[in-house]
Amino acid sequence: MSVIDQLFNDLRTRNEKAFMPFITAGDPDLDFAATVIRELATRGCHMCEVGIPYSDPIADGPVIQASYTRALDKKTKLAQILKMLGELPTEITMPRVTMVSYAIVYRHGIERYVAEAKAAGVAGAIVPDLLVEEAADMAEVCRREDFSLIQLVTPTTPRERAVRIAESSTGFLYYVSVTGITGERTQLPPELIDNVGWLREQTPLPICIGFGVSQPEHVKLLSPVADGLIVGSAIVRRIAEASERPRENVLREVGEYAATLLEALK
Amino acid sequence: MSTTPSDISRASASVPDSSGRFGDFGGRYVPETLTRALDELTAEYGKAEADPTFQAELDELLHNYVGRPSPLYHAQRLSEECGGAQIWLKREDLNHTGAHKINNTLGQALLTLRMGKKRVIAETGAGQHGVATATACARFGLPCVVYMGSEDIRRQAPNVFSMKLLGAEVRPVESGSRTLRDAINEALRDWMSSVGDTHYILGSVVGPHPFPLIVRDFQSVIGSEAREQSLQRIGRLPTTVVACVGGGSNAAGMFYPFIEDAEVELVGVEAGGRSSQPGDHASPLSFGQPGVLHGSYSYVMQDEDGQTCDVHSMSAGLDYPGVGPEHSYWKDTGRVTYTNCQDGDAMKGFDALARCEGILPALESSHAVAKAMELAAQRGKDESVLVCLSGRGDKDANEIARLKDEGERGT
Repeated sequence: MSVIDQLFNDLRTRNEKAFMPFITAGDPDLDFAATVIRELATRGCHMCEVGIPYSDPIADGPVIQASYTRALDKKTKLAQILKMLGELPTEITMPRVTMVSYAIVYRHGIERYVAEAKAAGVAGAIVPDLLVEEAADMAEVCRREDFSLIQLVTPTTPRERAVRIAESSTGFLYYVSVTGITGERTQLPPELIDNVGWLREQTPLPICIGFGVSQPEHVKLLSPVADGLIVGSAIVRRIAEASERPRENVLREVGEYAATLLEALK
Repeated sequence: MSTTPSDISRASASVPDSSGRFGDFGGRYVPETLTRALDELTAEYGKAEADPTFQAELDELLHNYVGRPSPLYHAQRLSEECGGAQIWLKREDLNHTGAHKINNTLGQALLTLRMGKKRVIAETGAGQHGVATATACARFGLPCVVYMGSEDIRRQAPNVFSMKLLGAEVRPVESGSRTLRDAINEALRDWMSSVGDTHYILGSVVGPHPFPLIVRDFQSVIGSEAREQSLQRIGRLPTTVVACVGGGSNAAGMFYPFIEDAEVELVGVEAGGRSSQPGDHASPLSFGQPGVLHGSYSYVMQDEDGQTCDVHSMSAGLDYPGVGPEHSYWKDTGRVTYTNCQDGDAMKGFDALARCEGILPALESSHAVAKAMELAAQRGKDESVLVCLSGRGDKDANEIARLKDEGERGT
């Protein structure tokens, strides 16, 4: 059983939901990423998604794109990111997963990527451009290594396909709330709750909702149907200010924002 | 499409398979959000292919609207200048809108209507695909948004103006290198949100399945006509066929009907840019390695982390770090030879065609012209080199003047 399975088992036993912030590794730099991860863990976040910056991220909106660009402009390399993750203090038990393009995984080598990420304490990967049809090779390696390969279902996914994706996903199932790219939204689609509710009846796998989620009202609305909520752009946007403002202020604001959403989750 | 297994070459014409694979290459590496639309497109294209009324409607448009068949022209003075094989030009530059791109956009516009989609988006580099998409959308009354890198907007200004006159909205892309690659990223992002009612008319044989298949098929009219015209005019198949390769749509359309003619040598010409140093060229087949970009597995210019590298070509249409998966397949099977031509040599090809034949080729096509001249010079007078003259050079006049001015001033 992976640490992610363990996390959701524990949460389900306590009837609690997971809050999962996303950060970009290397924006403004890797030292600050490590500091933010520690802060998020201290605030009680349940899991952290670490975005591996990619030059051509087509599922990402302007906020995450810009953060990837800044990280790459600073020559942030995969080896440095994995080193930073591997050196996180052992008292941070909050699981980390990477959000990573298949372009990067393939170039690095699937086996090598999974082995090195696992050695750096990473529990799984979300590979947003690896469809279930193309995922067999990576899924096999991940299964062998007990490394979760978290797959995505979207509002455009036909229902029988959603079931097939759920069957091949491990750790949890990522439900993309909107037909679109990442980014904060004031309104979420009205059919979202019914769609996730339907999916819950099809799979025992925990379902976490991401894309567009950013406000305490969203959290309150969605937490009854989800096992967890993923917030990316709203966090990345705040962290981006660290290049211009005192880092301790930015860190505190990110922590307070996470605490607000954690509170709404209760 | 022929389904006869070929024993004369390892490259089969019966590709891709149902998952969009040309050998190992191709496939579909996109966010889940786009899968349904890609499946719909695959299904609709399959139906259209088998529907005589679709083919008849497309043929009628190609004949009366585009002006097909495009002529096969014997460039006698250019051949004499080279002193070797006879050079023949497949005149895609004489098509309506001045390039081969219209062959694909009309086909995809008809598919858009068949699927009941209400809006069209496209990317463009040189602007030829943007103009051809804007044209097809005007012809069928479809709203059209074209994404174009701001660097390309600068160097291909006449085409930007044309697109606007045709009623399209041109959205500048400021991210990354502000060229074709970034325009494709933005078009895909638009499609992520608009996929319910919008069709993305992709302009090259790149991207996720089924685009490399569909674009190749719509462009294969080039090679089918040229093959027939060669038999009639030359009396046999050409010795060598040459085409420029950016994403590779004109080359795929030109080469595909010749794939099983093992005696015909096929040569693809990438943009050699300033030099063979990384960042100075746009030649993934010559200098790159297989990887994933823009939804398919193919040769690409990437760093050791899988980040896409910046590339360079003076020609906006070839200034792209990736290439269509079928070209990767043809490279690895040895069926097509890929080489490259640097900016300066392409400019010489441009000058030679202008002065010997009174034809201003597009900067993209000039790469093929220059390589064809080099190959012709090495061959006998009874041999023939067929070149895909994929577009005309009017759009490049200002940029060429600027480049020549820079060259004279030694900058």
